[in-house]
Amino acid sequence: MIRAQNLSKRFGDKRVIVALDLDVPHGGFVLLTGPNGSGKTTLLRLCAGLAAPTNGVLEIAVSRGQIGFLAHEPLVYRDLTALENLDLYARLYRIPERRERCGAMLERFGLWRERNARAITLSRGMLQRLALCRTFLHDPDLLLLDEPFEGLDAEGSDLLLEELTSRTATALVATHDPKLFASRATGRLALA
Amino acid sequence: MSQYAADVVALARKDLLIELRTRDTLPAMVLFVVSALTVFHFALPGGSSARAETGLLWIAILFTGLLGLARAFAAEREQGLLDGLVLAPSDRSAIWVGKTIGVSAFLVLAELVALPAFALFFHPVTWELIAAVALADIGIAAIGTLLAAIAAASRSRELLLPLLFLPLAIPVVIGGVGASVAAHPGSFLGFLGLYDAVFAILSWASFEYVVTE
Repeated sequence: MIRAQNLSKRFGDKRVIVALDLDVPHGGFVLLTGPNGSGKTTLLRLCAGLAAPTNGVLEIAVSRGQIGFLAHEPLVYRDLTALENLDLYARLYRIPERRERCGAMLERFGLWRERNARAITLSRGMLQRLALCRTFLHDPDLLLLDEPFEGLDAEGSDLLLEELTSRTATALVATHDPKLFASRATGRLALA
Repeated sequence: MSQYAADVVALARKDLLIELRTRDTLPAMVLFVVSALTVFHFALPGGSSARAETGLLWIAILFTGLLGLARAFAAEREQGLLDGLVLAPSDRSAIWVGKTIGVSAFLVLAELVALPAFALFFHPVTWELIAAVALADIGIAAIGTLLAAIAAASRSRELLLPLLFLPLAIPVVIGGVGASVAAHPGSFLGFLGLYDAVFAILSWASFEYVVTE
């Protein structure tokens, strides 16, 4: 699903990723670990096509519409409601019966009561739940998740684990706490 | 409705809805253009030519457009939202079309106040002037939206946007003033139409390369 050979990324003089080889098979669930600045987020952005490698080869076996990308930022408009945000993405991802799908995602992540609340009024944890709704909305085949548990309370964490367990999508997950994914992970890549 | 058109409608609707709620851009544009025309009214000596007065209107329109363009990608820039839009399977040029529609709409609304104010302070507005302003709006929004996206990715975006936009907007002023005061404005209106077509096609075709690394 993801194959990288001799992959490098440099920002100016700073080398963030150096000669990385990576092979994530279809259905694999690989954890990315490493200290701050080790290139976890950069690798996820490269895999999402949001950044271009400086050197090397990176092959992704799915189109960008089949990628679910969870970033540090929730990627939702603060002045739209939770439902309006999901509806916008549902339209852009051409999801059939989008209103029902958006409603189902909001219910699944415990946000139904906040569906008409503007994103700017949501707490950090609620925003993360909304970001998860956006990420999973189109049933992606490839998940690229950057610290998915960040900001979530115990209930939110349980909901996310449940969601990840129920899915067979290939995943590359940047985390500082690999124990959280112990039951699901099939591999681990430690970046230095 | 084709999927492309549906994407454009969804993106433009989102921008208009956000503006309706936040009122961040349009009131500032209206206030600016009225203030500028008021200043010009008192700054211009009495008995000035229609050409000079019309020239000031075009300066006011251009800078009002610049004000709107500076805010065009504010939400996307501040919240990193362009990543979310770029990842969607829709054609990335739809983002440009949606933004261009939004910028044009704000510009037209500001001009609905500016043109009567111009008529009040200076001289009556002609149909030729209205046609020229309508054509200029398309050009300003088309090239301006592309440049606003380029500037949004830069740290010195407040400096970069005017530096990129104003030189490319010179033909708008030439065509606009010409169409407003010439005895035969047809060729100037045609020039503005050609400017719109060339820069709209260039911006539409190149937007994808601007929003991806």
